Amino acid sequence: MTVSDQGRRRVAFTVNGEPREAWVFPHESLLDVLHDDLGHSEVRYGCGEGVCGTCTVLLDGEPVSGCLLLAVQADGCDLTTVRGLAADGGLHPLQACFLRNGAAQCGFCTPGMLLTAWALLQREPRPSRERIRQELAGNLCRCTGYSKILDAVEEHAAEGGRG
Amino acid sequence: MVAAPFGYQRVTSLQEAALGLRERGEDAKVLAGGQSLLPLLNLRIARPAWLIDINPVGAGPVTDHGDHLRLPALTRHRAVETSEVVRRRCPILAAAAARVGNVRTRTRGTLGGSLAHADPAGELPCVAVALGAEVTAQGPDGARDLAVGDLLVSYLTTTLAPDEVIAEVRVPTLGPRAGWSFQELCRRSGDWMVVGVAALVELEAGGAVAAASVAFGGVAERPWPVPPEVLADLLGAAPAGERLARVADEAAALLDPDDDVHASGAYRRRMAAVLGRRALAEAAARARGDGSPAP
Repeated sequence: MTVSDQGRRRVAFTVNGEPREAWVFPHESLLDVLHDDLGHSEVRYGCGEGVCGTCTVLLDGEPVSGCLLLAVQADGCDLTTVRGLAADGGLHPLQACFLRNGAAQCGFCTPGMLLTAWALLQREPRPSRERIRQELAGNLCRCTGYSKILDAVEEHAAEGGRG
Repeated sequence: MVAAPFGYQRVTSLQEAALGLRERGEDAKVLAGGQSLLPLLNLRIARPAWLIDINPVGAGPVTDHGDHLRLPALTRHRAVETSEVVRRRCPILAAAAARVGNVRTRTRGTLGGSLAHADPAGELPCVAVALGAEVTAQGPDGARDLAVGDLLVSYLTTTLAPDEVIAEVRVPTLGPRAGWSFQELCRRSGDWMVVGVAALVELEAGGAVAAASVAFGGVAERPWPVPPEVLADLLGAAPAGERLARVADEAAALLDPDDDVHASGAYRRRMAAVLGRRALAEAAARARGDGSPAP
């Protein structure tokens, strides 16, 4: 890993399939680098303790808290944010289900909800409502719109749950 | 909040990590999964000068050695939770790993990190004590083995030397007549346990209790194993509900948990009795083969 004379390190990873590079200090979180340096405003600061799930990103396909991963640790990894779910800039079918079900109120938690649900459906295409609830337990919605979020994920699972 | 600056060393072996710890002394912390350490850094409760990142060391597979499983320290909770061999041979460990934090915590968090962090309200330390797990600690000049009961001393405190890092965890496999249960009370999903209990009951061919082990978490400065003299009441007799309940009540009566913001000590003691009864009943039922299947 290349180190600058100020102590920054060069990291390279892909974000939504696109190769990106950044010079980061070791203490900078992946959340800070994605949000502040690379323009990914959909990865959001909520609690800084890994509890709320608003900074969820997929690290090699699995959900992680962007606030609890150092940016230097993501070197060489594939990262996915909610913008990466649909390839063409349109809506992913899961997002369309969120829209149809009114599963977003203020929308702050929505990217994390979508990524966590998407990762679940990759592993388990037909989860029960209880499984969806368990898996999303670490993503907080302070509008408390949980029922409609569960409805949306269930609807997408009923459609086949992948993609 | 964001973390204060620190130096960062990446290592590719645990011996290199131990050498780094020796060189940097108390100013260095080992970074494993980071799911407890990084919140402390982000809140600036901890301000180490150096982090030694052991993630590049990686985790080999969990291996089955007949009477025990060997798990590399960097085995992620997610891997413990979903491992076929752990679920079949030591299901209580898989069940407890599935209760740690949230899905993101489990993607990154590691078994060795959880034991080294030594939070007395953690699921995995509690289960490790009930199982009588062992760890290998790697230092700069060699490795040593110790029982997890000798590792965990107090709140966030272990007997690891300042230049040692956990390399491996060994847990016993459960036999065909062994039953288990893990019960916890949390204020919210993903929280640390207010009270937790891990119970193991093994039966003789005739149905009498041959061995039992129970540990409580969240009720003392470290996971608390129920003393053998209390569990002795179970041995040699069929695990009848009344007897199991009496033992759970006797164990809970020995506790003197602290009050904190989550619960009073008295409430914790009461819940320890309730969860202890449930855990012993479920473990006995599974040992008889009429319990609910593994998760």
